[in-house]
Amino acid sequence: MAHTLNFETGQVPAKSVYWRWHWLGVLPFLLFAALFLIVPTGYLMVGAFQDEAGHFTFSNIINLWTDSIIQAYWISLRISAASALGGGTIGFLLAWAAVQGKLPAWIRPTLMTFSGVASNFAGVPLAFAFLATLGRVGLVTALMRKYLGFDLYSTGFSILSFTGLTLTYLYFQIPLMVLIVSPALEGLKREWREACDCLGGSAYHYWRYIALPVLWPSIMGAMLLLFANAFGAVATAYALTGSSLNIVPILLYAQIRGDVLHNPNLGYALALGMVVITGVSNAGYIWLRSKSEKGRT
Amino acid sequence: MNATSPSSSRLGAWIAICVGASYFLIPLIATFEFSLRMLRGEYSFEAYRVVFADPLFQATFGYSIMMAVVTIVVGVLLVVPTAYWVQLRMPKLRPLVEFITLLPLVIPAIVIVFGYLRIFGSNSWIPLTGNERATDFLLVCSYVTLSLPYMYRSIDTGLRSIDVRTLTEAAEVLGAGTFTILFKVIFPNLRSAILSGAFLTFAVVIGEFTMASLLNRPAFGPYLQLVGANKAYEPSALAVMAFMITWASMGLIQVFGRNAKNATKQ
Repeated sequence: MAHTLNFETGQVPAKSVYWRWHWLGVLPFLLFAALFLIVPTGYLMVGAFQDEAGHFTFSNIINLWTDSIIQAYWISLRISAASALGGGTIGFLLAWAAVQGKLPAWIRPTLMTFSGVASNFAGVPLAFAFLATLGRVGLVTALMRKYLGFDLYSTGFSILSFTGLTLTYLYFQIPLMVLIVSPALEGLKREWREACDCLGGSAYHYWRYIALPVLWPSIMGAMLLLFANAFGAVATAYALTGSSLNIVPILLYAQIRGDVLHNPNLGYALALGMVVITGVSNAGYIWLRSKSEKGRT
Repeated sequence: MNATSPSSSRLGAWIAICVGASYFLIPLIATFEFSLRMLRGEYSFEAYRVVFADPLFQATFGYSIMMAVVTIVVGVLLVVPTAYWVQLRMPKLRPLVEFITLLPLVIPAIVIVFGYLRIFGSNSWIPLTGNERATDFLLVCSYVTLSLPYMYRSIDTGLRSIDVRTLTEAAEVLGAGTFTILFKVIFPNLRSAILSGAFLTFAVVIGEFTMASLLNRPAFGPYLQLVGANKAYEPSALAVMAFMITWASMGLIQVFGRNAKNATKQ
């Protein structure tokens, strides 16, 4: 790295004439990003602060505080939080088992490959898979009824509900957690455990005073990423519940399709709210990641 | 304590792996079993036969494959020169470019497409939603945007593993221009990185629902949703097929990645 940097500074005086032409090389990319990413999103963000005549106003943001919209945000936040916590915990345990659990060597690459596939298996087909598993006539529902005499749906459970959607999201959240948190677990040094054992520490002491303090920024950061990941997902929820579950992405989908809020600018504010929430959790992830990288050196 | 803790932790590890494996596998088994139940009283592949015979399946699946291929070509042509140029000439821009490529993971797809419908709507400066070809173009651009994080990361990793500066200087000494360097030197050296980006993009694009549905294009994702709302057994068959496509894409990435590693070793 130092070598390249010296090389760079050596090059700059000789080539400074060309500097401004070098911009042209990234121009297509920047143009594309502006046209298909920044401007469309920015348009909505600005529109959230305008009334229909284009004047500046906060009324759209204030109007988000109506019952049905607040409720949609609340359900969305709870589903995302539940699936991030659940996926984060189970994913962490799985990653720990594969990295530190002294299991046969084939387990780890198998788990990683499978996680790569499962974390990408989202959207409409995932909804079908869970309908076939935990739906009214799904395999697990049917087997439970037949062999355990237990009717899942008599407990008020439904795959089209909060619990159902959370369980479905776990299918891509768990493997995503495995992929993100494994590198951090690999960074735990065996000597730390041995030092703890030599000093008479138990497994509890090891986790409480050594491993978790080192790992927590990675774990928290990864969970924030899972949270944002669940919050923006549309396809799975739409295919699973249709419009019966009032969550923000589905409300926004309905708004885009048919202006169900009867106010285009309120729709922009709804989109702004989503971007703020996913943006804040991603920023938290980046901050915690830099913290954990700093802690390691 | 010290004598028992390794074995008890191993037991815990086995339990975690078994629980995780059942969570991954049971829905797959259930979906597969469900997809075989179309004919009453026996297991058969009838649901798959019905799906394959559906002209709408053929049309939408073909359409989505075409969109995926165009997306990959456009994405590669956009990302490889940019990443190459940033690495070689504009390292100061790297944080900015990396930030932009991560934005599609931050901004939900539904927000991006909402913006498209406003900016490129029929009564705007650039009315791309007016006719079908133009909307196809917009859909490709939306897919390129969605796949930017994956494409950029695999190509950037590939670029870091080869000595871009030496290759470029060697080619310049031999009299090659920028385009020759890009297409005859850089692209061939990035083959496995490009392929892994391409397969990831394919897996993301092939069943994509939000963009295609809101742009009203006849893609595979909206077709899946339509079948799911109206049929009983076909959705399971389609889910099994979708899973196999994802699996194949990821498997091919591993295969090409391994080949590349072996090639550099030799």
